[in-house]
Amino acid sequence: VGGPHLKPAEHDFVAARRRLEAKAKSAGEKLTSVEDAASRVRDGDLVAAGGCLFSRTPLSLVREILRQRRSGLTLVRNLMCTEGEWMMAAGAVGRVVTAWMSIGLPWGVSRVMREHVESGKVAFEEWSHLALGLRLRAAAMGVPFLPALTMVGSDLAATVGLKRVQDPYTGESLAAVPALFPDVALLHVHRADRFGNCQIDGYPHMDADIARAAATVLVTAEEIVPEEEIRRHPDRTVVPGFLVDALVLVPWGSYPHECYGLYEADFEHFEEYTAAIAERGGRAMEEYLARYVYGPPAFDDYLELFGGERLARQRRFARELTTSAGGFAPLPGLPPGLRGQSPRSDRTSS
Amino acid sequence: VTVACTPSELLAVIAARQLRDDTTVFAGVGIPLLAAALAQQRHAPRLTMIIEGGIVGPRIRPGRLPISTNEMRAGHLAQALPGITDLFLLAQRGFLDVGFMGGAQIDRHGNVNTTVIGDYHRPKVRLPGTGGANDIASLCREVIIVTPHERRRFVPRVDFVTSPGWLDGDGSRARAGLPFGGVTRVVTTLGVLGFDPDTRAMRVDALHPGVTLDEVESNTGFELLTASPIETTAPPAPDELELLRALDPDRRFLG
Repeated sequence: VGGPHLKPAEHDFVAARRRLEAKAKSAGEKLTSVEDAASRVRDGDLVAAGGCLFSRTPLSLVREILRQRRSGLTLVRNLMCTEGEWMMAAGAVGRVVTAWMSIGLPWGVSRVMREHVESGKVAFEEWSHLALGLRLRAAAMGVPFLPALTMVGSDLAATVGLKRVQDPYTGESLAAVPALFPDVALLHVHRADRFGNCQIDGYPHMDADIARAAATVLVTAEEIVPEEEIRRHPDRTVVPGFLVDALVLVPWGSYPHECYGLYEADFEHFEEYTAAIAERGGRAMEEYLARYVYGPPAFDDYLELFGGERLARQRRFARELTTSAGGFAPLPGLPPGLRGQSPRSDRTSS
Repeated sequence: VTVACTPSELLAVIAARQLRDDTTVFAGVGIPLLAAALAQQRHAPRLTMIIEGGIVGPRIRPGRLPISTNEMRAGHLAQALPGITDLFLLAQRGFLDVGFMGGAQIDRHGNVNTTVIGDYHRPKVRLPGTGGANDIASLCREVIIVTPHERRRFVPRVDFVTSPGWLDGDGSRARAGLPFGGVTRVVTTLGVLGFDPDTRAMRVDALHPGVTLDEVESNTGFELLTASPIETTAPPAPDELELLRALDPDRRFLG
């Protein structure tokens, strides 16, 4: 099987290193508008988005990139969801680098993805979940590849041009998973100070690696906290400020996707969205983009479309799932001495 | 006494029985996760569930079953959230005993396809892709495939090897650079299948109560080996079904 070959520029660790060396790594102010942040994305860029599937997706940045009518982008994201569909339908991406794309089991295979990939409008470059994670990890480490035991033997290896490397010590043959250096990282985090020191609650996903792998890092945060709060809990900082180029305060910045501890994904919205696409196809997608992306000028206007009641409910659901509400019941079969009673304290930030 | 149950319930109960105590299982959402939770509640309290969203040791909250492996519901009351890459690296290190997998297509050597139906470059259907399935198939100590038994799924050779089973059999998996793991069992709605230790071709090991070998063969697109004797699985016990149904009261995955 032939297929898309590796693009040397995307795993050139020397060029990536030089690019980073030439860049300002400021401890200064990073706060800006979402319009300004998104304007750092150029046509043709390799863009990596943080979060995973419908968790902590940087949707406000994706929305603004589409509003600025970028094109020819390559989107890198391990599991792609509606943000990938928006970008395909808007004509912003020509290629995706991913392990999986759809919305979730109950909604079947993504119709938007099928239409764009089967017609050849968008190239689908498929890596295994770990291999793509290691591509970003290798880039974060500044090395050209990482040896691994995955993806070899499958047909995936041939379609992406995965090569092998011989262990100089034992002679064993391993996968040589190439680094992937994105032009831009898009991240959504729980909190940051104005210098861009970022903290994430719950699932870390691959955001820390993405921030280190990319040449430019754009961040939206649910909350901007005083510098002292970051300095009080420096162990929680996963992206130091000098890695960050632009920071925007965007509460609910992943909605209708989830943000751990703060709001659950809006499955009702997914139902409406997929039902409309099932019924009216590309036409429904155009209407959706007009209503949610191109129409509302600011993210607050976009949130208005969902309404405060819906948002409050999703916040309540998130709290229920990430606190001990609902009770912690020890499993049957544990010796009596091991039956703890301790309810877990609220992990969400105040 | 046979208790009436749906095909999905049967699948979950039989899959749960494959798991041993004091082990670890990589489970996807849906039936595999329910099966792992059932095993944990019934006979394997020291089983650790691992979910690919970067989740170690969650507790399933009845009525709030996760839809994906990367959302809050999947990590309810988890013991650790190491992140996705580091979670898979636990599997590469050898900490994962069993990987539970589904799949659109499976062939006689246990290879699974979730990438394309038809030709890769001109696919009839572009499927969502591997997700973590390729890694689970490559890195766990053993893989157990859990799937409805349908002729369109059981094909002689998958259109595309997304997740390597035994590849072409006869040691080809190890030669391809996969020194560990492999598919040991396929749990279906009709029975339990294994693989011949030499040729690694699929073999009928057990039939569910009331199922005939004929039925299995007519729902399989290739020739099957048969164990001798072919066992009959014990029907789901009332307590197994009771525990299972309590996990999915909305019948989101149990049908």
